[in-house]
Amino acid sequence: MRYDTQEHAVAAAHGHATFMGLDNRKMAFWAFIGSECLLFGSLISTYLIYKGRSQVGPYPHEILNIPFTSFSTFDLLMSSLAMVLALAAVQRGDMKQGKLWLLITALLGLVFLGGQVWEFSHFYHEGLGLTTNLFGSTFYVLTGTHGAHVTVGVIWLLTLWIQALRGKLGPANAMTVEITGLYWHFVDVVWIIIFTVVYLIQ
Amino acid sequence: MAEHQAHATTGTYLRIAAILVMITLVEVGVFYVPAFQSALVPVLLVLSAIKFALVVMFYMHLKFDNKFFTLLFGGPLLLGFFVVISLLFLFYGGIRLRTGM
Repeated sequence: MRYDTQEHAVAAAHGHATFMGLDNRKMAFWAFIGSECLLFGSLISTYLIYKGRSQVGPYPHEILNIPFTSFSTFDLLMSSLAMVLALAAVQRGDMKQGKLWLLITALLGLVFLGGQVWEFSHFYHEGLGLTTNLFGSTFYVLTGTHGAHVTVGVIWLLTLWIQALRGKLGPANAMTVEITGLYWHFVDVVWIIIFTVVYLIQ
Repeated sequence: MAEHQAHATTGTYLRIAAILVMITLVEVGVFYVPAFQSALVPVLLVLSAIKFALVVMFYMHLKFDNKFFTLLFGGPLLLGFFVVISLLFLFYGGIRLRTGM
């Protein structure tokens, strides 16, 4: 049996010699992402089950703003690009670029969160609260849980950026950035599904 | 285990980003064009599945990584997908049974 030699070398270099030659942190994180698939799967299915069953308004077609949410989607897609460019920069040792792209990723995440805050407050003023109807409950829980994940991601990114400013981030610990990237891209991928299922398929 | 394949380049990442943006524009376009209303749901689901796959394969590096990671992610993903489908059948299928429609 041949092992992934680069992964094995990285794992061994960090004193984490593993049976499969894979970094155990990366393996654990992929397992975590698998569990997150089930979490968001249950929230999305709850939304879908109660879709169209609200007894009173506001209803999705009355309140959802597609142009605004399209911009949010574009913002999150660009943040994924920035994240992958940050990782590439850190892996090749270009910490100036690495710091820049990490900061850009975090800022784009903040823009997305700002959009979500505006959207939620606008919806609330339009009469859609958490307990107003089934649409309100399922919408706020699904998108709110996603927003909480984005918030955690932004804090994570800024923490990483501060570490980079202090000279504590480099190619030797690029795995940290890679795992951060896995989390961030997953958050983006969940939004891709939410944008389609909640906003576009009304 | 499969040996490590080449990394994607910066050019690849930029091309993927451009494709993702174009697909998003198509999705929004399909939403607004009345001619597509009858095929809206399958078209949107296919387009979002393509975006999902591109981000997972290239940005999350799954295409170039050890296949065990694909298993570790793909298993729960499939399970989650079947949970969603099963719940939809349970709730909407149940209504048809009760109403006889």
